[in-house]
Amino acid sequence: MQDGWVVTKRNLIKIKRVPDLLIFSTIQPIMFVLLFAYVFGGAIPIPGVNYKEYLMAGICTQTIAFGSALTAIGLADDLQKGIVDRFRSLPMSRAAVLLGRTTSDLLNNVLVVAVMGLCGLAVGWRIHTSVPEALAGFGLLFLFGYAMSWVSAVIGLSVRSVEVAQSAGFIWLFPLTFLSNAFVSPATMAKPLRPVAEWNPISSVVLALRDLWGNAPAGFFRGTGWPSHHALLLSLLWSAAILLVFMPLAISRYRKAASR
Amino acid sequence: MADAIVADGVVKTYGPVRALDGFSVRVPQGTVLGLLGPNGAGKTTCVRILTTLLRPDHGVVQVGGIDVLARPQEVRRIIGLSGQNAAVDDNLSGYENLEMIGRLYHIGKARARQRAHELLEQFELTDAANRAVRTYSGGMRRRLDLAGALVTAPPIIFLDEPTTGLDPRSRLGMWNVINERVHSGSTLLLTTQYLEEADRLCDDIVVIDHGKAIAQGTPDELKRQVGGERLEVTVASPSELEIVAALLEQVSKETPTVDAEVRRLSAPVTGGAGVLVELVRRLDDAGVEPLDIGIHRATLDDAFLSLTGHATAPEEEPAGQRGGRHGRQTESAGVPQ
Repeated sequence: MQDGWVVTKRNLIKIKRVPDLLIFSTIQPIMFVLLFAYVFGGAIPIPGVNYKEYLMAGICTQTIAFGSALTAIGLADDLQKGIVDRFRSLPMSRAAVLLGRTTSDLLNNVLVVAVMGLCGLAVGWRIHTSVPEALAGFGLLFLFGYAMSWVSAVIGLSVRSVEVAQSAGFIWLFPLTFLSNAFVSPATMAKPLRPVAEWNPISSVVLALRDLWGNAPAGFFRGTGWPSHHALLLSLLWSAAILLVFMPLAISRYRKAASR
Repeated sequence: MADAIVADGVVKTYGPVRALDGFSVRVPQGTVLGLLGPNGAGKTTCVRILTTLLRPDHGVVQVGGIDVLARPQEVRRIIGLSGQNAAVDDNLSGYENLEMIGRLYHIGKARARQRAHELLEQFELTDAANRAVRTYSGGMRRRLDLAGALVTAPPIIFLDEPTTGLDPRSRLGMWNVINERVHSGSTLLLTTQYLEEADRLCDDIVVIDHGKAIAQGTPDELKRQVGGERLEVTVASPSELEIVAALLEQVSKETPTVDAEVRRLSAPVTGGAGVLVELVRRLDDAGVEPLDIGIHRATLDDAFLSLTGHATAPEEEPAGQRGGRHGRQTESAGVPQ
């Protein structure tokens, strides 16, 4: 754990010294908020709710998912530059590099979400619940983002260069985030896609956030079936399952990747 | 004296390529061993296996009496590694790099800070201590990386091509640093492509090629084996080759190597300038005016010509050895390190 913190601090120094990465990872979600609020939003009717209210949980979740791609890029970069060899020749914990990376990416994500939340408030999004519920929402968001970081870690450790990590880390996130209830109602999708969208971990997190932030008023169509009524539980289960599968996988990949 | 580093029959393959092919080496405690070889010979693979970064397919590896394969974490506590590509973080300052390494060796916060300051001072990086490493020159990065290997003053140190890519001046500086500050009672294994470097720094040299140790000895023994200095003559006309070969043999006492294509003859000599003067006089007497004449110090090329030439194709004509060597280089070009 202590080694993990040492590596986290090292990564945070990088954010401080090369702030471009943080700036650009912040600009993208702001762009999305503005685009969907003012460009696409008018064309996407969601019965029973104001689209800007509907949008923010979706965009937060999408942003946290895309933010996790940083983990793949950061690890691929470390592997390519040879600093991982240094780490592996030291008597430090084998998981420290991964713990440090995922932790610093989490903190990066917290900053991005904070900026985006302010942007959301500016376009008219509001949280209608109590402070603990609102905070629980952000907690769930960051838990899910942290879990996604470990998926991204596996990708970053499996590719052979930073350039590949840059595209491989992002590409699968497009179908994952768009094939969900983040921006549109699954009820409007082609029929075979609907169950996929409803069981999608992104959808369960988005729906849970809408509940926790009071952005899913009565009369709003939640979808059908078990996922639509157990969004919070399902999103927690998804996060736990992802962590359980991808943490050990990433650690074993780290050992192999570093000995290439 | 106990052996600080032992490798015995180590094999490591990458697909069809045998990066290490039954490699063995022993480094007595407190000595400096140079692992000399061309690109792709297996030097880096060897260092990576000894420093726990890579597992061999076969073989026994011990560092400080500890089995590297069975107890890698214990080995990591007693070694320092400075790799081929300076493994320092570009975005951290020199001080932050060293402090981080100290923390990861678990020597405690206060001690890590103290060591970082000491090492920056020792390696003349104090002025640049708080600057991001990406602003450092190549030589400074190497020095910092080397300092990183010494944070705990480990008893066993591995340096993988510590001067490759440095300009001659920085290389000289590195040699002094390694001689004075790195090797103070520690056991040191360093890899290099330069015979001169091995000569300057090492007690013993192992020549490695195609994953095998093909020669071992002190620098002097090895140079004797290689032939030390060679006298090279290039003549203007092929008709002069014969007479010059005879004269060259007289001063060298060895049969010269003749490369008819470029009209160049060479033979091992001892005695330096004196022999050169003697040959010039004899050429003058014979009325031959060479295009070029000079003493050529033994290089790694010569070592390989000589060592691998004898080892792999003893029946080959000397003139054919050059072609043979080129063939070998192309062969080994794709071997991952």
